Order: sequence, then C-alpha cells, then structure tokens
Amino acid sequence: MYEGIVQDLIDEFSRLPGIGPKSAQRIAFHIVQTENLDVTRLAELLATVRENIKFCRICGNVSEQETCGICRDPRRDSTIICVVEESKDVAAIERTREFRGLYHVLGGAISPIDGIGPDDLSIQPLMQRLADASVTEVILATDPNLEGEATATYLTRLLTTLEIRVSRLASGLPVGGDLEYADEVTLGRAFEGRTTLR
Amino acid sequence: MIVTHLSLRDFRNYAEAELELHGGTNLFIGRNGQGKTNLVESLVFLSTLSSHRVSGDQAMVRAGCEAAIVRTTFTHGDRELLAEVQINRSGTNRAQINRSAIRPRDLPWYVRTVLFAPEDLALVRGEPSGRRRFIDQLSMILAPRFSAVLADYERVLKQRNTLLKSLRGGLSAAQEQTLTIWDEKLISLGTEIIARRAVLVEQIRDPLRRAYAAVVDDDHEPTIDLSLSIDGYDVDADDTADRAANSAVPDSARIEAGFRAAMERRRRAERERGLTLVGPHRDDLLFGLNRLPVKGYASHGESWSFVLALKLATAELLRRDSDLGDPVLILDDVFAELDRQRRRRLAEAVTGFEQVLITAAVREDIPEELRAAPIFIRAGRVVDEDAVDV
Repeated sequence: MYEGIVQDLIDEFSRLPGIGPKSAQRIAFHIVQTENLDVTRLAELLATVRENIKFCRICGNVSEQETCGICRDPRRDSTIICVVEESKDVAAIERTREFRGLYHVLGGAISPIDGIGPDDLSIQPLMQRLADASVTEVILATDPNLEGEATATYLTRLLTTLEIRVSRLASGLPVGGDLEYADEVTLGRAFEGRTTLR
Repeated sequence: MIVTHLSLRDFRNYAEAELELHGGTNLFIGRNGQGKTNLVESLVFLSTLSSHRVSGDQAMVRAGCEAAIVRTTFTHGDRELLAEVQINRSGTNRAQINRSAIRPRDLPWYVRTVLFAPEDLALVRGEPSGRRRFIDQLSMILAPRFSAVLADYERVLKQRNTLLKSLRGGLSAAQEQTLTIWDEKLISLGTEIIARRAVLVEQIRDPLRRAYAAVVDDDHEPTIDLSLSIDGYDVDADDTADRAANSAVPDSARIEAGFRAAMERRRRAERERGLTLVGPHRDDLLFGLNRLPVKGYASHGESWSFVLALKLATAELLRRDSDLGDPVLILDDVFAELDRQRRRRLAEAVTGFEQVLITAAVREDIPEELRAAPIFIRAGRVVDEDAVDV
C-alpha cells in the first residue's frame, strides 16, 4: 500500500479492463515520475471523449455524431445487417473490407454471471430496424463462445417469426495455420461445417 | 512407458535433483517429511496436471521461487521422448514434448501414470465429487477432447445457476426465455458427459473384477455403477443403501430424453432453490461388494482392497488403450496402510508392469519381491544409504 493519492490512482487504474494490480502500479508511477509527460492533454482527452463520443442512434456503434459513418454512408447495402457484440467487432469486420452491409451492436452477450440479460442488450432497437421490410438478411456474428452462442440462439428464436434469412458466421480452421495444431474442438467444428466441393 | 531420467528444479523442497530410473521396481526410502512423495508427485503432476495432495499449483513451486520445472526422459518401446512442464507461480503453465511447445492439457496423452496413495481411501469413503473427479480424469486421458466438454459444462452450469438465482426475485419475460437456452446447452453437454462416463464404467467392470480377485483371492462380486440424478438419484439424500444401480449402458437419445424429463420434474424446486438439481454434476459412482455398497458397509481392509482393485483396473484400461506401453505405477506410501497379505498380493499384481515407483519410510514395509536397490532421500536430496537411518 502506498500513501493516499498514489494508492487512489493505482486503485482507479486497476479498475480498468485488462489492467491488473501490477500494471496499474507501473502506469501510476510512470505518470508520477516521467518528467515530460503531458498529463493535461491526457486528462483533457479523457474528459472530452466522455462528452463527445456518442453511440449511433441506429446501430449502437461508437460515433462522434448522432449517427455513425457507416449508417450515414449511402453506398452501404441496407438490406443486410450484421449483428455483433461490441464496437470493436465492427472495426474487425471493417478491416476485412468484405462486408458492405450495415451493423448492429448489441453491447455485449447474454451472460447471467455478469448480470447481462436480453433486456440489457440492444435487442429491441434491432427488432424495430428489422420491422422495416427492406432488410433481407441478418448475419449473427456474436463470439463463438458459450455466451455468444447463447445470444445467437436467443436471437434466432426471436427472428423465426420474421421472413428474413438468418445466418451465422462459420467456425473452423484458421487460415494460414496448420491442421495438426488445431485443437480438438475447432477441428470438430470444422468437420461439422465442412463445405462440399463436388 | 519407462521413465529413465527425472530432473527437478525448484519443485517443492528440491532446489535441484537429477535422478536415473530404470524399468521394473524403483524404491525410494526416506523418513517422513524428507521429500520422497514430492519426487513422485512431480511425475503425477506431469501426467495429470494436478496433484493428489493440493488443489492449487502454487504449492508445488519452491518457496521464494517464481517457477518450478519438471523434466523427464522416458521411453515408449524403442522411442525416447523428453517431456517438460514449467509450473509458474503466476500465469499459465507451459509444457514441451521433445523441446517443442504443446498445450499443457495434452501432456497426459504422452505421460501416463496410475497413482496409489493413502488419500485413495477417500475414493470409496469420501464425497461423490472425488468419485466424479476419478472417472472424469480417466475420461480425459482416454479422450483429450473431453476436457473441453467438461469445462463448457461447468461454465453453462454457473451461468444457469446464476440465472436461476436471479429469477427468484422475478425477472422479465425475456430473461425467463434465456433459461430455456441454457437448459438446452446443459442437456446437450451433460448428455455427452453421462454417456462418456457410462461407457467407461462398462469398460472398467471386467478389469475391476479380475483385479479384485487378484488382491483378495476371493470373489466378493465387486461392482461399479452410475447413480444418475436424471434417474432420481439425490446426492443430498445420501441413501446409499437403496440406491438404484444402473448397469445398462444407456444410449445418448435415452439419456437426453431422461435429462429433459428430469429437468421438467425438478423445475419448481430448481426455481425455489436457485440451483441446478439434475445433471452429471450431481451424479455419483456406486461401488459395491457382495451386493452391498462399499461406503458404509465394507470394513477398512475391504475398502482398501476395493481401492487397490480400482486402481489396478485403471492401469489395465490404460495399458489396453495405448500402444505406447504400460502406464507407470506409482505406489506412494501405500504399503504402510496394508496388512501383510494385501502387501504381498499387491506386489504380485504390479510386478507385471513395465515400471513401478514405490516410496516408503522403512524398507521393512515393502514385500521382499519389490525390495530393489533403494534410492535414499533426505531433506530434498538424494543421498547415500549411511546418511539415512532406516
């Protein structure tokens, strides 16, 4: 334990995701000891980012305006919606430059342990978007873990009443990897989801 | 398999140890607290990724050190392999086979041991969780993929229990609907676990009968059966005597249907208690002798006979499963627990295996046929005989 304010700072850092007590201590001492560190700019950024960043009114992605750049872009295909857990998943899919449709960010996955149920996710707004008849396909791109699968199953059940094509991202072997190093679960999934060549 | 070399660094009370071993019997003699169990524990850890003495890995790292290393050379027939595991005080452990990294949980596939220890008596006398751990651990060795199924089941169970608890306060319709999703996941994973255990129980029956006959020279009709919570078995009731034995191997479709029906039956109780009441996490193995449960009915000696037979049967199963040779048998301080006749019979039963490691405080406890040239242990070191008073 350190005295007063230093310990407060360490405690505050260790509350951030992915930062343990040791990292928190390192960051705190970096801030305290580094001479030419512009602390004011860091503090200002932290404050402005909270004020200025909004979540897109339509899809829930992070945005500096009411609606995000993707939803505003007229070149995007508005008949396909890709449902993801987090904004960072949008960024990951965007990097592929393969998908030209729109997104919907749920804000997490169903996980009772973390106190997250369907009502805590952006599911109602999704259903409202789908009520617009122009959407023809929904791609469920939640994480391929238990919670992501549970969320996908929940959404699939909700969507059965609508006449929309529902698909799920494939899971299987990583590209550029070696078959022999794949774990049994991944390999098992790859077998299940094999594609016919002839 | 035969372990030819064992090397430890900062493992338990060993700062450093290098040990040459050979096929057949290897005997470790040392007084209590000197570190002979620690030696064999390192091999047990290498082959099961757990210890028979503690649940956390940290205890195996020598005080004041960051990591312990267990390295061993062993042969599978003509093939020589090098296995290594680094146990880190913080962070994940690392494993290697022939100096290339593998996932630690794949180690049991290469290094196989069967441990006999005083703690084993808890298998028949203790809680159901110990028996479930026994059968699941054996399943994982025989089918590595099973460890992922078990881990997923544990996770789903946690999610479902949390949800059931929060439902007690009354929650939204949407929240209620998610329960059925966890129900389905629990059923499909749980069915796989029950089916796997049932197959294994069926496979171990004959070896168990033969091993028991070898240990006591009499047929007391040793039996092993699953008690399934989906068939109405209740762990909390502890009704060992009139438990329905389930000898037939059920197929997955029947298990799944039974699981679903049982969940429906217990739905109200589950909602009231906020707890998942049916599933493989509430099953048990029922051990029997002369048509009576071992727990509560068998004498101390009979219980030991059963445990020894169970372990010998395990060794037999592993030997049969693998073309890599026999598992290494590790007899940690067990002879002191047994009477003279059981000592002799056990000694006879284990001599057929490629390699047997035995620890004892005094040489006199060991039956004569196993008294090979001993290795003496004192204060975490291998020493000359005259340094130890035995």
